[in-house]
Amino acid sequence: MNESIRKAHSWQQRKRALIDNGARYAIGLGGAGIIFAVVLIFFYLLWVVLPIFKPVEVQPQTRFELPTGDAVDRYLVMEEGGELAARILSSGDIQFFSLADGQIVHQEAIDLPEYGSVIDVVRLDREGRQLALVLDNTRVLFVELKYRVNFHEGKRELIASVAFPYGEEPLALNYIDHITRLAVQRSSDRLLLAALDSDGELLLQSYDVGDDEELSEPENESLITAEGSVDYMLFDANADWFYLADRSGAVVQYSVSDLEDVKLIGHIRLLPPERHLTHLTMLLGGVSMLAADDTGKITQWSLQRDDKNQYGLREVRSFQSDSPLVSLMPEHRRKGMAAINEKGELLIFYTTSERNLFMEKLIDGNVTRAVLSSRADRLLVETSQGYQVLHIDNDYPELSWHALWGQVMYEGYNEPQYSWQSSAANNDFEPKFSFMPLAFGTLKAAFYAMIVAVPLAIMGALYTAYFMSPKMRGWVKPSIEIMGALPTAILGFLAGLWFAPYVEEHLLAVMALAFIFPIGLMLFAWFWTYLPGSVRHHIPEGWHAAVLIPVILFIGWATLVIAPYIELVIFDGNIRGWMLHEFDIGYDQRNAMVVGIAMGLAVIPSIFSISEDAIFSVPKHLVNGSLALGATTWQTLMRVVLLTASPGIFSAVMIGFGRAIGETMIVLMATGNTPLMDASMFQGMRTLSANIAVELPESELGSTHYRILFLAALVLFMVTFVFNTAAEVIRQRLRKRYGSL
Amino acid sequence: MKSKFTNWWQSGSPWIWLNAGAVSASIIVVFGLLLLIAMRGMGHFWPADIQQIEYQTEDGVKRIIGEHISTEFIGRIRYEESGGKAPEGALEVERRLIKTGNREILGTDFRWLDAQHIKSTDAPKHLAVIEREEWGNFYGYLNTVSEQQQVVATGGAAWSELLKRIERVRDLRAEIHTLERGEIGAINYSLERLRLKRKMLALEGDDTPDNLAAISGEEKVLDQRYQHLRKQLLVLKTEINRDQASFEVMDGRVVNISLANIISALQPNSMGVADKLFQYFHNFKNFMLDDPREANTEGGVFPAIFGTVMMVLLMSILVTPMGVIAALYLREYARQGTMIRIIRIAVNNLAGVPSIVYGVFGLGFFVYFLGGNIDRLFFPEAAPAPVFGTPGLLWASLTLSLLTLPVVIVSTEEGLARIPSALREGSLALGATKFETIWKVVLPMASPAIMTGLILAIARAAGEVAPLMLVGVVKLAPELPLDENFPFMHVERKFMHLGFHIYDVGFQSPNVEAARPLVYATAFLLVMVIVLLNITAIMLRNRLREKFKAFEH
Repeated sequence: MNESIRKAHSWQQRKRALIDNGARYAIGLGGAGIIFAVVLIFFYLLWVVLPIFKPVEVQPQTRFELPTGDAVDRYLVMEEGGELAARILSSGDIQFFSLADGQIVHQEAIDLPEYGSVIDVVRLDREGRQLALVLDNTRVLFVELKYRVNFHEGKRELIASVAFPYGEEPLALNYIDHITRLAVQRSSDRLLLAALDSDGELLLQSYDVGDDEELSEPENESLITAEGSVDYMLFDANADWFYLADRSGAVVQYSVSDLEDVKLIGHIRLLPPERHLTHLTMLLGGVSMLAADDTGKITQWSLQRDDKNQYGLREVRSFQSDSPLVSLMPEHRRKGMAAINEKGELLIFYTTSERNLFMEKLIDGNVTRAVLSSRADRLLVETSQGYQVLHIDNDYPELSWHALWGQVMYEGYNEPQYSWQSSAANNDFEPKFSFMPLAFGTLKAAFYAMIVAVPLAIMGALYTAYFMSPKMRGWVKPSIEIMGALPTAILGFLAGLWFAPYVEEHLLAVMALAFIFPIGLMLFAWFWTYLPGSVRHHIPEGWHAAVLIPVILFIGWATLVIAPYIELVIFDGNIRGWMLHEFDIGYDQRNAMVVGIAMGLAVIPSIFSISEDAIFSVPKHLVNGSLALGATTWQTLMRVVLLTASPGIFSAVMIGFGRAIGETMIVLMATGNTPLMDASMFQGMRTLSANIAVELPESELGSTHYRILFLAALVLFMVTFVFNTAAEVIRQRLRKRYGSL
Repeated sequence: MKSKFTNWWQSGSPWIWLNAGAVSASIIVVFGLLLLIAMRGMGHFWPADIQQIEYQTEDGVKRIIGEHISTEFIGRIRYEESGGKAPEGALEVERRLIKTGNREILGTDFRWLDAQHIKSTDAPKHLAVIEREEWGNFYGYLNTVSEQQQVVATGGAAWSELLKRIERVRDLRAEIHTLERGEIGAINYSLERLRLKRKMLALEGDDTPDNLAAISGEEKVLDQRYQHLRKQLLVLKTEINRDQASFEVMDGRVVNISLANIISALQPNSMGVADKLFQYFHNFKNFMLDDPREANTEGGVFPAIFGTVMMVLLMSILVTPMGVIAALYLREYARQGTMIRIIRIAVNNLAGVPSIVYGVFGLGFFVYFLGGNIDRLFFPEAAPAPVFGTPGLLWASLTLSLLTLPVVIVSTEEGLARIPSALREGSLALGATKFETIWKVVLPMASPAIMTGLILAIARAAGEVAPLMLVGVVKLAPELPLDENFPFMHVERKFMHLGFHIYDVGFQSPNVEAARPLVYATAFLLVMVIVLLNITAIMLRNRLREKFKAFEH
């Protein structure tokens, strides 16, 4: 009996111990896990951001040779996915071959009995899907290389074919006898063609390629005579401009938007006298031109409008290679380029961020041709020793410290800018990823919020902690703290839909209140000393604030009533118009002042609450000592209490600042969200946080834009974390000091 | 005299008054804001009188019918710049905003009238306001009610006939709603599941003819039921379109409105205060329980309330254990040292990290990383449509529970710290293990603190919008996250939220002016909930502090 009780007892003991231990481990693990989760936020953000900073990597993949017959190859082009490539031979054969092993997977011969051979190939679009073959004589044949995916017995294969988008019959050109050079540009609804013959006659033709893709008679044409020799002919992407250049770097620019009226726009020399061009090509978008000279220097020239509204090419930036280039390949979807020089070095540059991303000797033999895939992740090089395929890992070239924080010369602008413009409808667009306007907007919003919040909150805290009667304090403090709990979406909505239009109508009154309030209060205080004692003593000590509520309401009301008269007398009844006329200060309805007041309200409770705590917990014997020595209450407050509590107040301000920096909804609703850098209190801004809220849902997973928004979040996280930690450390030290006093 | 002023100045008294003024100003702002929201929000439901105004325009006197929304005074000069002519000597000009409704006829719902050109204002008893499914409110005089083009009532009898027939339409509409949302919705849901099942079978190589035939059989049964329901629906839809009413609008035109489009009809000018009060609460009830209409600018906010509540509940379930365990670990189990101090500072600071950062983390980690992998592992049949790899209720709740975690930890820790160690030691001395002490002594005593933390967390979560915009809130969710289709709780669905509703309707909707009262009403609802939650938390905390003060003596 006894035995069994003991047994049961010890079993129960063991069970209790087990539970106790289990709980210890479980709670330890859980606690550590949750704290780990918190750290995870930081590391996850970092993990998403880090790939941006990864250096470019290039890996040689395969090498192979292709059989060469009598015919010479005229052109090399890669399919979008980088699986297949095609070469066009002078015999009119088009060979598709696999990049994995060099196997020819498909071959098509174009019928060329009468015309002999293909002498040149020109692409119509950037990716080389449509090509124009120049046949000897004055014929041009348009072909399109098509690929489609086929699933055969569960395996994926890519089927290549050749099509004739503008008819199988070659196009015969009038007026000129022998094409030495051809340029073709396909824009949205027309096809523009320029052909040069050996006499320097230049034929420009435009074709309407609307619904029926068959090329009919030219819609418009024009014949001009080129000045001097022509080594390069280029159209821009919209086929509005046409450039002729020779080897010395002399460029002639024409406007060809209307072929009836081809206008010569101007001449420019891209190079100093003794240099020669080795390459001249358009950067994606057709606004900029890349010119490589015989020293290996690549210069970007961009089409800009000057003060007199005249278009012209201007040098924007340059990149340097050690030796002259043998190939220069602009990327098809970004504003970057790859180049190969005579030493066999592969170079990768990006224009906007001005980055030299990569340079390494990777290519053997004499390079005859090289082509970059559309995604810019594969490079096919044709050399005297066969073909080489390289894999390029270069996903985020758009960013650099300079691009994020510096002034960048963007295409189409006359001066370097700080600009944030992350996306646009078309692919040719140059993304502008400058954090400066956003950081500026964030600081501007926070600054105006602090101007409103800091005086109100700290003065309020001083009074509440030091003078206010305990009974009233018990009401006031929670009331103000409740304002901190109000959803910022509601504050933002009120600010944007009610307060901003109200301020616009009553601008003078609202601005004047900032001065009238303190002055009015002082006047009232002076008036108070004249009141008979019976009235004054009726109000108990520490209830000043309650007395002032009707006074403040009266001052506010009176200001609103009087302001229109003053506005009429001094500012012609329209202060906004007056500011614009006299000082050139524009007024935006949703501006920094509105945001400052709205966000100030959101920040007041944090600052108020923390500094009130700091002031209230100043040890009483310090105060009593000061008062006993004959100091007035005000002197004690200023010289003893404030001084002792100042670290606490400082930390309160820092916490308030941290909150103002990260606040999203108020700025989202109460500003126009335009990323401008304008310090005026009557202009809006866009902040980092609002920018994330607006753009992240629409950014593509894993894209540069996505990662840069994560970077913005990481910046916000770190800034607020640093501010809060500093504030927290200060507060803990203060608490210790109070403890020792 | 001078010396009195100098003395007074030097005593610091003016500065004290100034400081007091700062407090007063803050208090005025707090209560002013609450009052503003309350007045505008509550006013939305009051059935206001409809005015008939004789208004002088350039082409003679015109009749304007509508609700008076607001009055504003603009400066004379600005008024004259915009083309008006102010009366002699007036400094400001009064303008009235009138909601004229009838959007499909007039083009706009609102019209500014200059008070000086208003000849007379009247409130005829028979003016009616019609709340409609489409095109917003309608104002006019009822002429006739007809059934299938046959007039059945005119003159005085028309109004009661109209009300009777609106009642009938309301029942039909409810029937259609049950049919569409309930039974047909369930069939669509089942069909979708069958489609996924078939895909799953193919993926697993189990697509034997038997299995496929079974699915096709089920599909056939469902389709037959669907065809049957569709016929019923068709009958109901012809029924609901049976009646029409014709009205005379303010410019004298006669307009026919199908009763199917009418939700309710009122003659507010002939209603007494009691009637209006009744209507007021009726409107409030509809606001709380109805679905939104007209791109959220009209109707109710029920899905938003429901979404907010669901999200907050799910968040509470997630955050409470996490917060309590972390606080127990920090306060009761971990060795107090520099490390724990650093962790405590870090946790405190997380409360100050901008909420949008949590949203970014939630989108990247929960939605794309966790959700994407869950989809790959468990829902291959749904590809390429994401199931969990897209913003949704679960991820929003998780994100917000992370955001409110510091609140719960800090509050719980405070509660734990206040429990006198004598109580713990007493329990241990009586032979209880540490866990038993915590479970039976410490936690029950700390429970009000935990509650306080949870309430504060809920108040914060209910008002937070920025992170939700990234992890699961939408403008209009087609389905609630809770319905009668298995498994009933659909945590992967997107949801609506009161705070986002305010942002969306106030700033993204095409007709902000029309939506404004509704936004105020929504804001009022949200503010009430949050203020009440906060007051509860503050009171709870104060009582807790009092209680432990008693322990110390």
